[in-house]
Amino acid sequence: MAEIQIKNVAKRFGAYQALHNINLTIADQEFMVLLGASGCGKTTLLRIICGLETATEGEVWIGGRRVDHLAPKDRGIAMVFQNYAVFPHLTVFENIGFGLRMQKLPDDEVKRRVERVAGLMHIEMLLKRYSGELSGGQRQRVAVARALAMEPDVILMDEPLSNLDALLRMEMRAELKGVLAESKTTAVYVTHDQVEAMSMADRISVMHQGKIVQAASPIEVYRNPAAEFVASFIGNPPMNFLQATSAGDGKWTVAGRVVDGPKGAGKPLQFAIRPEDMQPANEGLKARVRIVEPLGAHLLVTCDVDGAMFRAVLDSDMVVKPGEILTLAPQPDRVRWFDPETTLAVA
Amino acid sequence: MNARLLPYVLILPVTLFLCLFFLYPFVLVAKQAFTTGAGATLDNFREVVSYWKFPISLRNTLLLAVAVVPIQLALSLLMATMVTRMEKGRDMVLYIWTIPLGISDLAAGLIWLAIFEQSGFLNSMLHGVGIVDKPVNLLTFQNPGIVFVAIMLAEIWRATAIMLVILVAGIGLIPKEYYEAAEVFGASPWKRFLRITLPMLRPSLQTALVLRVIMAFEVFAVVAALGGTLFPVLMGETYAYQFDLLNSGAAAAMALIILAISIAATLVILRALRVPKRATI
Amino acid sequence: MAAPVPHPDKEPDAAPAASTRSAGRLLYLAGVILLCAWVLVPIYFLMINTLSAPETVNSFPKPFFPEFDLGSLQFFAGFAGMLAALKNSILVAALTMIMSIAIGSPAGYALSRFDFPGKELFRLLILLTRAFPLPLLALPLAVMFIQTGLDDTQFGLALVHTTLALPFAVLITFSLFSGIPIELEEAAWTLGCTRLTAFTKVVLPLILPGITASAIFAFVISWNEVFAAAVLTIENRTLTAFLLQSLDTPPLHLKFAGGFILVVPALIFIFAVRKYLFAMWGIANR
Repeated sequence: MAEIQIKNVAKRFGAYQALHNINLTIADQEFMVLLGASGCGKTTLLRIICGLETATEGEVWIGGRRVDHLAPKDRGIAMVFQNYAVFPHLTVFENIGFGLRMQKLPDDEVKRRVERVAGLMHIEMLLKRYSGELSGGQRQRVAVARALAMEPDVILMDEPLSNLDALLRMEMRAELKGVLAESKTTAVYVTHDQVEAMSMADRISVMHQGKIVQAASPIEVYRNPAAEFVASFIGNPPMNFLQATSAGDGKWTVAGRVVDGPKGAGKPLQFAIRPEDMQPANEGLKARVRIVEPLGAHLLVTCDVDGAMFRAVLDSDMVVKPGEILTLAPQPDRVRWFDPETTLAVA
Repeated sequence: MNARLLPYVLILPVTLFLCLFFLYPFVLVAKQAFTTGAGATLDNFREVVSYWKFPISLRNTLLLAVAVVPIQLALSLLMATMVTRMEKGRDMVLYIWTIPLGISDLAAGLIWLAIFEQSGFLNSMLHGVGIVDKPVNLLTFQNPGIVFVAIMLAEIWRATAIMLVILVAGIGLIPKEYYEAAEVFGASPWKRFLRITLPMLRPSLQTALVLRVIMAFEVFAVVAALGGTLFPVLMGETYAYQFDLLNSGAAAAMALIILAISIAATLVILRALRVPKRATI
Repeated sequence: MAAPVPHPDKEPDAAPAASTRSAGRLLYLAGVILLCAWVLVPIYFLMINTLSAPETVNSFPKPFFPEFDLGSLQFFAGFAGMLAALKNSILVAALTMIMSIAIGSPAGYALSRFDFPGKELFRLLILLTRAFPLPLLALPLAVMFIQTGLDDTQFGLALVHTTLALPFAVLITFSLFSGIPIELEEAAWTLGCTRLTAFTKVVLPLILPGITASAIFAFVISWNEVFAAAVLTIENRTLTAFLLQSLDTPPLHLKFAGGFILVVPALIFIFAVRKYLFAMWGIANR
């Protein structure tokens, strides 16, 4: 059992506040992805869990044990680094067995465990090589195998796939997900790549400016973003926003049309819809087409609605020309509302 | 161990060592220079400056620096650019050119003594081609010019390597793209050297010149080996005060004078070759 | 402007250009060889003198090939105090090497791995020592050493030479440690190492060749130093101090043999560290 609890963790570097009062619980065997743009504090949080960085405030618990005062080696964790950190002076075998040797395990046990994880990562044939003789992808496998060989309670990964080329990244993504599910360890995975996050995570913590904005399952983060930031960060292209003004109880005026919305009246809201959640129809939002980008699977159309930029993903068979006026009907159950003052979602 | 304390623990030995063997003796030199038996005074300075050999040794030291350093600068720049465009044998050539870096000034003096002494190789060569029929004693007070040239050659031979190494390292840090861009715009090799290498090399030139000039004011053993008393220099006089005259107050005053000249030269070089803060790579 | 007219006789133009280029190439090659000779020939002359009989060394004209007679070297070895001076030189240089690496490399490590208040001040102290004619410090130290009983000892001189070598040791090890990614150490920490074991198991094996190079560098700094050695030792003279003292006294073959013995470690040294020379200087001077 290795549940991770992060309680009121804050981190300051001099005057710069890298993390604000983070609270997060990661369940045993959960695959948690910390997602955010560079500088959002995701790597700092991972390094605090690891013990490579000390929190200015707060506590870290792993498996019911408070660990924030412990050295990395005493936390029951293993880490995979962005640049792999494969020791250049040791063979692949000795790299994978490094942690086991530090635990003073007998030779045959080291050999057994190294060969097992090498098999898991398909690098049995590389065991005698040195890091300099490996490709980036192979080094990546060695780094993961080295972490797995420790049989840790928690495995921490800092953008492990970001140095690989696109094709290899996709392949490793699936493989890593499979291996980690099988190993039954809790995983914390840092990335800035939303596709990676969506495809691998049990839960995603979206981070922004040193705070966790939303921690939820991938589909929840995608469908019901908790804040405007999440809505505009996740999804490619991101969600569309339009100004909405109150038109009586539960009625809102969006781009000249009255639509149903949250109960109550008063201050304006933001109307939000994903580009793929719209269909051309007889009734709907009037959109002047500006740019048409055929992407193969579908057509990405950038339009002008009520003076705001608005994107729609349409069927690739449609014929659309710049200057044309489209009428787009949002799928009513996919419409979301945000309070422009708090930027948070409104039910 | 506490990670906040660790760096201080690690630098403590060096700091203590340098305080004890660098800062403290420095204070001692200063104190010794400014005191005699009768308390604080400038007598030591007055004494060394008014000694008849002082203007000569000062002039000799400066003259040697002025004669040698520009030649070395040009030579090391030439060698550095030659090496950078070399494809084959680069390591071998660099090894040979940097050998003098490891040779002591005394050994360098002896090497050139083997050439310039009365029965040395220069005389043997002159004899071989029939210019002289018997060995001429070159390093005597009748030939101050030849003594100077011998010392100059030995200094150039010995201390160009240190500048070369710094400049080669500096050229290595200049991104190749600049040269390629300049070549695309039609700059000739000479223009590329003037417009890219020289300006971008300024930090390295600074270091090379500062180190070399300080070394030039410390010149001692080469001169001792080749010129002996024929060519007095500041460092040699300092040695003489300490040893032959057993006047450590005067030696300390000389040391401070050498230090002052070194600092002045350093400041001039740093000022002349300063890189605007905003223009660094 | 008129359009450029295609030149019909392009080929005849190309020939002189090619010959200029090959002439330039020849000039370049000649320059390289000349400069190599400029460095090597004087050393060769010293070698002729060393490997010739004493009578040949003092004769005229000089041969231009060594006769491989060990007479001069034998005379050098037999000269009173010379072997002791050689021994002193080696001892002082070895002590300097050990002390400067032992004291300097922790500081180099601290500079490369930590940001701490006072770091800039510390760097300034290190750089200050490089802008200072250090051998001059031997003068007050001579007095200090007499008070502490370190005068005329190999250890005392090694202390001064360590002051000389220390700034280099700090800056070179700083650049060496900076070349080792911190992630390697961090990975070792997560794999069960303490700071110390991570250092010994990961950093040290990677850095050892570089440390050796800077140790040799420290050795040669001490081996070559003349002024402080001459000021601080009287009975226990080092080779350089001994040779300096014997400059005024014949015989010639003694000086040349001694000079040659001084040069040999330099040849080996530069060869051993040639890989590091430029990396060391390139970063150490920023």
